Amino acid sequence: MSARERILGRLRTPGTAPEMPDVAGWYRARQRNETTPERITRLRAVLESVHAEVHETTDWPALLLQIATSKGLNNLLIGDNTPHGEHLASLAADKLTLIRYSEPIDGWRNRLFDEVDASLTLARSAIAETGTLILWPDASEPRTMSLVPPIHFALLDVNKIHADFDAAMRTENWQAGMPTNALLISGPSKTADIQQTLAYGAHGPRELVVLLCHTGVLS
Amino acid sequence: MSQIIHFDPDQDFKARSRTAVNDPAQRANFRGAMDFLQAKRRGQFGDQDELAGLRAIGAAIRQNSLAKLPELLELLEKNLTANGIQVHWAETAADANAIALGIARRVGARNIAKGKSMVSEEIGFNHAMADAGIDAFETDMGEYIVELAGEKPSHIIMPAIHKTKQQIAALFAEKIPGVAYTEDVDALIRIGRQVLRGKFAGADVGLSGVNFAVAETGTLCLVENEGNGRMCTTVPDVHIAVTGIEKVVEKLEHVPPLYSLLTRSATGQSITTYFNMISRPRQEGEKDGPREVHLILIDNGRSQAHADEQLRATLQCIRCGACMNHCPVYARIGGHAYGTTYPGPIGAIVSPHMLGLNATYPLAFASTLCGACVEVCPVKIPITDILIRLRNEAQAGEEQASLRGSGAGRSALATAIWKGWSLIYSRLGIYRLTSWFISRGHKLSPVSQGAWTKCRTALKPAPKRLRDLIRERRS
Repeated sequence: MSARERILGRLRTPGTAPEMPDVAGWYRARQRNETTPERITRLRAVLESVHAEVHETTDWPALLLQIATSKGLNNLLIGDNTPHGEHLASLAADKLTLIRYSEPIDGWRNRLFDEVDASLTLARSAIAETGTLILWPDASEPRTMSLVPPIHFALLDVNKIHADFDAAMRTENWQAGMPTNALLISGPSKTADIQQTLAYGAHGPRELVVLLCHTGVLS
Repeated sequence: MSQIIHFDPDQDFKARSRTAVNDPAQRANFRGAMDFLQAKRRGQFGDQDELAGLRAIGAAIRQNSLAKLPELLELLEKNLTANGIQVHWAETAADANAIALGIARRVGARNIAKGKSMVSEEIGFNHAMADAGIDAFETDMGEYIVELAGEKPSHIIMPAIHKTKQQIAALFAEKIPGVAYTEDVDALIRIGRQVLRGKFAGADVGLSGVNFAVAETGTLCLVENEGNGRMCTTVPDVHIAVTGIEKVVEKLEHVPPLYSLLTRSATGQSITTYFNMISRPRQEGEKDGPREVHLILIDNGRSQAHADEQLRATLQCIRCGACMNHCPVYARIGGHAYGTTYPGPIGAIVSPHMLGLNATYPLAFASTLCGACVEVCPVKIPITDILIRLRNEAQAGEEQASLRGSGAGRSALATAIWKGWSLIYSRLGIYRLTSWFISRGHKLSPVSQGAWTKCRTALKPAPKRLRDLIRERRS
């Protein structure tokens, strides 16, 4: 008999399972029926309370280039042939060096860790309750983009803010198919492991800059 | 074997506790940390009705998952396998390490970057890898500090909670080449970040724990703030996740309430910085992520708890640490005194299944049964009831023994005393005779009565029995 069969055998005991709670009902009863501006306000407040930098804009490329200049960035990592990345590229010209994530990490791991100053990714949606960005990294915007560079810029369409995590999962029907990696990101990387003193920039980005786009990410 | 990893065989629990209680600096560290964590948690649960509702949901999800555990594990395995994640089963700590070692050797790994995982501590992972010549290194800041100091975590959420920033400053200056003494916490974290960043890029294998394993989608969920967990599960070519078999939940919808209860109870955060949901290895065309993902499902005594109707509740635990943060005993003796991977109230009730009651029964007695842990537990584990049960198990005779190590706390003297007590109180004649002798000989009762008279006056039997007094009044 295999370890699997022995373990499962020990766990098989008679008896009936207690009833599952009505999770959907619990969250439904707590909905606030907010308008988009109310959700934006809530999202902003929570994100800013954990040291994220939040901007509302109708012209994100211009704003991003301006912030990049003020932060003194040498370069920005963008996705491989994404509509928003190419839109930025068409406007950046000589203002900012753009690096495209066009090769697998294996060939340029050390450069990614040592030379990239910042990255730009799209957030799929967000959660107002906890000040959270939802990212589903993919072939064009890989997982390490929101992790390795010291500064992470995230674009978010303000019409994609859910009330809570439960609503995000249900509305977007996650259960029908999960991606390789789904991420919730709520602020820059942090730790309180030294005498409960909060410090930002533990292993992930030191800064999270959220650009809330009022007119879509491509206009 | 595993017992040696967890226990300091030269000292027993009482001796370690005594040392800890007499260390004022360490007590101040724990007191400060506990006050901080309690206040943070309180700040999250201002709405008592919401807390009550969410706890009821959390407890029901965990109870239901445990009742369906074998079916859910099979479903989890089926969906993970379909997603391309390889599932392994380990009955013991040694089996789990052997499986991980097999994977590491096959891919020619020289080192393993570790995200924070209490299960890896439980199985003595680093030790087992070191024996095989593989460098398994910690990357969570707290774990990194504890590893650098050659210690073990003293808390399941905040491993270096027993250390002050001055101690960490001295440690860094001593152990990391080229680092000057600084008490600035931001600077210390920058140093840790710098050292570990260099190691992430060159890691062959990444190891992580699992907070929730979702059966219906085949998804492994990881909770963290630092980003080292994401590094370990994203940058190396191979990711190995280790978890106890109890961590499975049936549906994706069960994750939000449990995740909310976990972070709010643990550190008083409404959410952590990262929630990392992994369902597949790197797919064709994707540019990063591990090419292999493995899950090792570990029993290590959990099925013993599962088999017992009352003790099964032990496995409801989501490892938030709120029970230790609110425990008057833990606050005074700290995590190391317990001698087990999991300290505090949850450690006292879960460790007997991993290490045997013979090695762990004194922990069940290290409680005033005040119930603070029960009050704050986000999934409503009846910890005090289980402590009493384990106390009874420790005294159980052969015929009642139901756990590994049952009866380990039984002494011939105590057994004889209780037998005598039972005899006296069940035979009227003997009772009358004994009580007559005791009351008449009350002046002979000893002045020193062991632990009792250390801080209390000695017990003295009354010169006259109740029945004597009643007789006098009637006559």
